[in-house]
Amino acid sequence: MTDIFQLFVSGLSTGAIYALAAMGFTLLWQTSGTINFAQGEFVMLPAFIMLAAMNLMGIGLLPAFVISLAVSMLVLGLAFKRALVDPMTHHGMLPLIIATIALGIFMKEAVKTFYSAEAQPFPSLASEGAIHIGPVVISVSNIIVLAIAVIAILALQFFLQRTFTGRCMQAVAQNRETARILGVPVERMVLYTFLINAALATLAALLVTPTYLAKFDNGQSLGLIAFIAAIVGGFNQMRGALAGGLLIGLIDNFTAVYVSTQYRNALPLVLLILVILFRPQGLFGRAEERRL
Amino acid sequence: MNARTTRALALAAVIATAIIVPLGLKNYGIYLLSLWALYAIAAQGLNLTLGYAGQISLAQAAFFGVGAYISALATTSGVSFWLAVPLAGLACFSLGALIGFPALRVQHHYLAFVTLAFNVLVFLVLRNEQWLTGGTYGISGIPRPSLFGFSLGAPLAFYYLCLGLLCVMTVAFWHILRSPWGRAFAALRDNPERAASLGVSLMSYTLLAFAIGSAEAGIAGAVFAPLVEFIDPTPFTVSMSLAFLLMVVVGGQGTLTGPFIGAALVTLLPEWLRWSEGYYLMLYALAVMVLMVVCPSGLTGLARMARRRWERAQ
Repeated sequence: MTDIFQLFVSGLSTGAIYALAAMGFTLLWQTSGTINFAQGEFVMLPAFIMLAAMNLMGIGLLPAFVISLAVSMLVLGLAFKRALVDPMTHHGMLPLIIATIALGIFMKEAVKTFYSAEAQPFPSLASEGAIHIGPVVISVSNIIVLAIAVIAILALQFFLQRTFTGRCMQAVAQNRETARILGVPVERMVLYTFLINAALATLAALLVTPTYLAKFDNGQSLGLIAFIAAIVGGFNQMRGALAGGLLIGLIDNFTAVYVSTQYRNALPLVLLILVILFRPQGLFGRAEERRL
Repeated sequence: MNARTTRALALAAVIATAIIVPLGLKNYGIYLLSLWALYAIAAQGLNLTLGYAGQISLAQAAFFGVGAYISALATTSGVSFWLAVPLAGLACFSLGALIGFPALRVQHHYLAFVTLAFNVLVFLVLRNEQWLTGGTYGISGIPRPSLFGFSLGAPLAFYYLCLGLLCVMTVAFWHILRSPWGRAFAALRDNPERAASLGVSLMSYTLLAFAIGSAEAGIAGAVFAPLVEFIDPTPFTVSMSLAFLLMVVVGGQGTLTGPFIGAALVTLLPEWLRWSEGYYLMLYALAVMVLMVVCPSGLTGLARMARRRWERAQ
């Protein structure tokens, strides 16, 4: 019973990180129709920017995070949109998918060539302490990661639901043309989602990298998980991405212990196939016809 | 000289080059050319799925791998290579139909996700089911076949086998495209509503294209196993599937020559660009992004564009 509780907490904390990446992925899809195959690399790169900032400037993790956040929003948000997504709006979906695949390869190879091919240690946010509540032991870093991710998710939800800009963004996601007619500055709203995606990816990098170490090919598994979380939850729902992320995190932790470590990665994939088979709108999504 | 004779002459010249060039190459060069021929076959299969039926598949490397393992397991336990190859093709055809069926029932891009997941699953099975696949140790000592008593063990002889297979597959591919089936594929890609209204079943034709495309990868994989003589799960990951996808799109999807060019870019070009070492993949990825922005129809599309401009200037 105590094991289950511990696994539950650590599953939620990994899942919350996955949710951050998945929510960014869903945002981009909703507002701009971009299926970002480089999403995993979008989480990998900020970790290396943080490492580089810490090593070159001799600063701590938090200032490095702020620098990485700024650089990511500039490069993975603004530059990504202007240089790659915008010129391809009229080419249809496939060229952009191919371009993001190429972008992922480019980022991976660039980090491997210019930084290191070896896994780099990454400072943890909290010490290796643990809290004892009766027989239950919960690691402090799990709690902190979970808390930060939850705060970020709540802040994003608040922004999207309660602020004027957030609601404009939702309008763009739901119906671009109507939003334009109603006077929503569509292009600027789309840009905001790109910036938010970059910020979410940087935060995910800060939280996830201490467990996995920083390595150039981290993006592969992370990107796939963000994908699966987004689709399992419901491709057209932000809340779906959140729930999908948490669910995958929990499954991940429980299968590692109770099923097999070898097939740890297989269960989310099977879940993905089953969802697409029986509930293509996602577990938490509404059935709706989307334009392609 | 009319266009038809020009094209026939060009084709003869290309085949002659493919036959003569390896005579002056060392074993490694011949190996690369063989690899190119096999990649081209698998890319051609994906081209049918993507370029003609308009579906994104990210599992071409998985089918390539399934073909390779079937052929490796069969030939190391004494089954003839000539039986193993069609078997691999058939198995991948059925597997493709099985996976494509649920995915194509829903929407366009879902096939991409299902095939992606399938590729990772195949990789996990290849790695973990040691009793069957040898796990990370792989399968070694895969014999090369012989034909009518001639051993195809030497690199050059094996290359001619790969080249021969490429020619046969290309001719078959060309026939499929010119058959009513192929016309239906193209009609579905260009105008699905109209095609459907004329009685072409979207679902079954797309599924057929996907299954045939998968079978081509399986056949290429079945020949890949004796080419490398040792296989383990590493060449059959999602990255390789992405590489196959890039081959087709960079070469030019929906064209007959596109996959040949795309496969050459991935196998031969890195060797000529040895000086660039680690930068090669970066440059390649950068070039792909630029190409997609400038001309999403790939290098063949770029060539078409250039020719049109040249003709206008005349």
